[in-house]
Order: sequence, then structure tokens, then C-alpha cells
Amino acid sequence: MHTELTINSRPTCHDLPGTSMVLSAMRKRFHGRGDELIPMLQAAQRELGFLPEQVLLEIARFAGLTSAKVYGTATFYSQFRLKPVGKYIVRVCRGTACHVKGSYRMLGDIRDHLKVAPGETTQDGLFTLETVACFGSCALAPIIVVDDAVYGNVGRSKALALLDDIRSQEKKRV
Amino acid sequence: MDFRQALARAEDNWNALDHLAYPLIHVGMGTCGKAAGADGVYAAAKETLDRMKLEGRMLKVGCIGMCYLEPIMAVKCPGGPFIYYGNLTAEKTEKILTAGLGEGDPKSEWAFCTMGEKSIDGIGRFEDLPMIKPQVRIALRNCGIIDPEDIEHYMARGGYGGLQRALGMSRGDVIEEIKNSGLRGRGGAGFPTGLKWESAAKAPGKTKYIVCNADEGDPGAFMDRSLLEGDPHAVLEGMLIAAYAIGCTEGFIYIRAEYPLAIKRLEKALGQMAEYGLVGRRILGSRLGFQIQIKEGAGAFVCGEETALMASIAGGRGMPRPRPPYPANKGLWGNPTNINNVETFANVSAILAQGAAWFASFGTEKSKGTKTFSLAGKVQRTGLIEVPMGMRLGDIIDGIGGGVAEGKKLKAVQTGGPSGGCIPADLLDLPVDYDALAKAGSIMGSGGMVVMDEDTCMVDIPRYFLAFTADESCGKCMPCRLGTHQMLDVLNDICDGNGKAQDIDALELVSEAVNKGSLCGLGQTSPNPVLTTLRYFRQEYEAHIHEGKCRAGVCKALFHYEIDGETCTGCGACSRKCPVQAVTGEKKKPHAIDLERCTKCGTCRDACKFHAVLVC
Repeated sequence: MHTELTINSRPTCHDLPGTSMVLSAMRKRFHGRGDELIPMLQAAQRELGFLPEQVLLEIARFAGLTSAKVYGTATFYSQFRLKPVGKYIVRVCRGTACHVKGSYRMLGDIRDHLKVAPGETTQDGLFTLETVACFGSCALAPIIVVDDAVYGNVGRSKALALLDDIRSQEKKRV
Repeated sequence: MDFRQALARAEDNWNALDHLAYPLIHVGMGTCGKAAGADGVYAAAKETLDRMKLEGRMLKVGCIGMCYLEPIMAVKCPGGPFIYYGNLTAEKTEKILTAGLGEGDPKSEWAFCTMGEKSIDGIGRFEDLPMIKPQVRIALRNCGIIDPEDIEHYMARGGYGGLQRALGMSRGDVIEEIKNSGLRGRGGAGFPTGLKWESAAKAPGKTKYIVCNADEGDPGAFMDRSLLEGDPHAVLEGMLIAAYAIGCTEGFIYIRAEYPLAIKRLEKALGQMAEYGLVGRRILGSRLGFQIQIKEGAGAFVCGEETALMASIAGGRGMPRPRPPYPANKGLWGNPTNINNVETFANVSAILAQGAAWFASFGTEKSKGTKTFSLAGKVQRTGLIEVPMGMRLGDIIDGIGGGVAEGKKLKAVQTGGPSGGCIPADLLDLPVDYDALAKAGSIMGSGGMVVMDEDTCMVDIPRYFLAFTADESCGKCMPCRLGTHQMLDVLNDICDGNGKAQDIDALELVSEAVNKGSLCGLGQTSPNPVLTTLRYFRQEYEAHIHEGKCRAGVCKALFHYEIDGETCTGCGACSRKCPVQAVTGEKKKPHAIDLERCTKCGTCRDACKFHAVLVC
């Protein structure tokens, strides 16, 4: 059987759990206007943790935009991820106050400890390491953020202990 | 809802808080407070009240600006002042409340100040604290005092009085008032706000927009976040006044997605405004109709630039475009658009409430009013402060901030983020205003103020900023796209020990090209961190290049650690903590570092209480 491979007629994939639900919820919530592009990408990522290719293509179709425009926007902003993420997202603040208080060393420690570079996910799928330009909690520098929990005045050993804690709790759960 | 009735009720309820028959407890619940553990303090306080079977009123307030003392709780017993306690834990909270409410013991030794008419022996007053005394709080007037999620608190403190006054004036008179106040844009560039409004008001066009720029992107700055978290209505009222003066029907708040709490508080505030007839049609019975939408940014520093911000609101990549045409003539979707920063709007509502002359009585001849700063880095008292323009830099660092932390020596103060520069310690007499900072090679910027001590390398700092701007450059124009990377490459070489004699000249040359040739402020100002450090700390560049030394102990290729045999007590703290077992020595005898093994992680230096680990 011949399969049409051009982007616009590629069949919608349902291989990712939840993708079709997210897309249908989006069609109800948004109107498909061009100025809704960023909010739509944000809504999809909030649900899925990242933006799979088929979601980008569906959003392009829904908003009547080229896939290039949607891809260009999704890769322009640091908030959007095109790859799946781990269970916990560990963000190391790289703001000026954190830098002056040694966050570059802490980032190095965490990188060595988890054996991943920023933007990567650990092999066990538990942690994704990211950096963020500034969290705006500079008075408590250095800062790390695990999912939504902000930790201030984090010394280097405290940061590693925090990650080890999460890992051992996860192991217990299994 | 009738606004006048609501206002009367709000004032009654607010005044009643002063005369409660039971305790009133404030917990600072800004992002900083929460990061320090305010949720636990709040829960502990509530539990203690329940356990003691006491009636009590608890309020979640914003940030009072003394971040170094977070989490903070204030307790007011009937008839007494608020007593403030800092650096709390759940346990300490319980002890304080048990003693204070049960035995009438205010635990003076744990309190850091009182607020209110009455005072308590042995506890200083809030307004007399060295951190607070030099401050004048206009934009931050309600932060940490009111519940930001209760519009009636804001109203009771004079909120929306500025809007009411504006609606009784002609549009032109409102603009005149702002012009007379001398208010300049608090986002950093310092353009006179009244003139900006006037050109948007005069621009032909039926549809006009107001945008509040809350895309606080400068690393090291958090004034706008604290303000939106602590007093969102002050900003929203300013937007309404601008909408009336310029003739706009629609407004947007463009805010960073990294500020979820500020977004939540804004959403709540907008909901309450709708209930009280402060958005929608015929606001407060006038002809003003205005709607406000929140637009979440998605993490792009360049979107703080106004044309890029508008491109982002319209959907798509936030890239700047050449000006003119200015947004006042051709902005969002081609319509006249007035863009102001969060703090500017918070000042607008205060100016309309209290008058231009009052506002202009603060500050210097050309920089009127006050400016908020986020004081961070290696300073004793970190926090969010607001000072009259023109205050001596040294008075901010030493007086308000309490000087450099851990007894170290001040090296520089960084203002203006990646667009600003490093002001050396010997310029502490500099008055902090737009013009003086620009003359020193830095900028006022949005208000980030990061204190740097002798352990900060002044070649690493510009490298840090250039890594940031190179990463955030949108790529549209060549000088910024390539120039920032060129400068970064040279700085990386110098920091890695590969510096060449001609590198300093190369940096100056590229800096000039990037400054003159870039399309927007991000590129044009990106060389400032390099230029100011070259101007004031050239000897550090030269030591890196010619002597192969980083005396601050930051650039790993250019220093090593040594243990000073005379000061080392042989306590073993360093050898126990060294992750690579590079420190050895017998107990109570001077230790030594095996340089082959040492990874220069600095753990031993942090661990040594006797400052025996030296940077060589």
C-alpha cells in the first residue's frame, strides 16, 4: 500500500500516550489563531513534558501555520523541549548572584554525579539536568529547582545529597 | 459592586486588623520566602494556634525585602505592635508562638524588629533598622504589609485612589502630571515616561495597546517578581491610568514563565478587578473601558527588548526589528503601543495618588523618585531595596547591605546585568542615578546589583555574561550573532590559560563593532561587561595573559592551591572532605596537597576554618 509521506498529509500518530487527548483538548481551548502559538506549545508541553514532532505538526495544521514556523518558534525559546524528560527536572540557576556564589562549581559536581550534561536525561530516566538563566531568587543564591520546589543556599554537598535522597526514595518505591 | 461602598468596607476591615481581640500573624510568602521554607513556618504557626485552641488570623503577605532573614513571620498580639522574627524553622515558630501567646513572652532575643505605633523594650523598630532606615518605599509601598491576594487590602491603603483622581482629570492633564513628576522608565533605559505616553496618545489610530513588560530577564534581578508577587494591584492600577491617558482599550502583561507565583497572583488580581468593576466596560462609572491579558514568555532574554516582545506577543519568534518606527506609532499588529516596565507602572499609581511634586521631591535633578534594587551576591544583607535616586553607592552596599559577607574585601559592584558593567570598589562615592552610572561605563538597568568580593575573577565575570548574551542572541543581526561569540572565544582563551598579547586589543575592537553595529539593545550593550572590566581591572587581564595567574582562584588553569604550613592546624577537615584524596598529612601537623591529584574543586578551601588553603 502506498503511504503518503508529505508532512501535511502524514496521518496523526497516536503512539504517545495522551497525545491525542492533549490535541483534542487544545482544539476546544484555543481558536487556532497565530498569536496563540506560544500558549498552545506551553499547554501541550505542560501535559506531555515535551513537544513530540506530531504535536508540532498538528498545532501547525490547527493554527494554519507552516511547520517551519512552529518548529522555529519551539526551538527559539529555551522553555520548549523536543525530547522526552526524566521523572524529575533538576534546574541549576546560572544567574549572576548564583555564579558569584559558585553555581558553576555546583553544576560541575551535579554533572559529574549524574553523568549527564545540561539538556540530557540520566540513563535510568530519573533526572533531566537543565540550567536556567535566572530564577529571580538571587538573595538565596545559589539556587537549584527540582520540578517546582526551589532550594536556596544550596551548598555543593547539599545539592548532591538532595539528588541522592530522591534516588533512594524512588528505589524504595520500586 | 459599588466601588465606594466596597472602599468603605475595605477601610473598616483594614482598620479593624489593628484592633483585633486575637493575634494576627503575617508570614512572608514570596518565592524567596517559600524557597527558604515559609510554607513550613505557616503550617507550624497554624498548628500551634490549633493546639493552643487560640483564635488567630493568619495572613500570607509578600516580600518585605529582607530576604537574608527569610523565612519571616510577624506576630501582633492585641494592643501591641507587630514583632518580626527571621530565619525561622517550624520548631522555632512553635516556640515563639507558645511563649508569646501563652506566657506573654515576646522572645525578644529572636526578634529583629517591631512595626507599629507601640514598641517593645529590647527590640528595635523596623524603620530604624540599618537596612531599612535609608530606604524610601514608593513602588514597594505595600510589599510585605498587605495580603497581595486581597484587593481590599490594597484599596484600604489608598489603592485605586490614583485611578479615581486620574479619571477626574483630562487625559492631557494626566500625561502632564507624569511629565512633571520626572518619572523615567524603570526598565533600564530611563526614557521619560510622560513623553512616551504623549507620543502614543498623539499617534493616529483607533486601536491602541498598553503593554506591561514583566519579562525580567537580567540574571541577578528580581525586583519585578517581588513587586508582582507582593502588590500586583499597584502595577495594574498604573496600567489603567496609562490606558486612560493614552486612550487604550486593551492591555497585555508579558511575564516570564519562570515566575509562576507572580502569574498566579496576577490572575487572581485580575479576577478581583473584574468583580470590583476595575476592568471591562465603564470602569468606575467612567468612559474608560479596558481589558488586560496575561501573556507568558517562554524563556528568551531578547524578549525584554520592546520590538522583540511585541513579536513574541503576536506569536512566533521574538526577534527585534529596527526602530523607528517606534512602538508608540507602530507597535502590536501595527497599532500604537505603549510599553512600560512593572516598576514604572507601580510608580505611576503612586504619582497619581500623591501628586507629581511629592514624587519629584525625591531623587536628583535629572533622576527623580526612587529605584528598587535587588541586592545580592557577596553582601551581608541580601534583599529587595528601594532608595532615592542619587544615593551614594557605598551607602547602599555598606549601610543597607551591611558590607561584604564573611569579612572579605569588596572588589566590584555589578549593575545592569549583561548590559551593564562592574563598578570598582574605589568608586563607592558614585551617586546611583541614570547619568552617573552611564558615565562610569555601566547602566542603571532594571535594578540588579550584585556585590563581588576578592574571590571573584574579573575576567571570568565578562566571560560569564558573554556566554549568556551569545546564548541569548536571537541571531537576526550579524554583529551580535558573531561578535558575542568572538568575544566569548577570546575570553575563554584567556581564562583557559591560552591568552595572547593581542587579545585585549581584539576585545576592544570587536566590542566597538558589536556596540555600533547591532540591531537592538541586547547586542549594543553586550560589550559593556568586557569594557568596564578592561577599564577598571585591566591588570587582572594582564596577569592572566602575561603571568598565567588568576589570583581570585577561579580560572582553573591559572592557579593552584597550597596549604600554608604556618596557619594549618592539622585538624584534617580538608583531607576528610577532599573528593579525590589529594590532601594528606598527619593529625595536628601541617597538611599538603598533591597537585597531580588535585582537581581544584575548592572543597578544601571551603572546609578550612583557618584560611590556610591559599590560592597561588
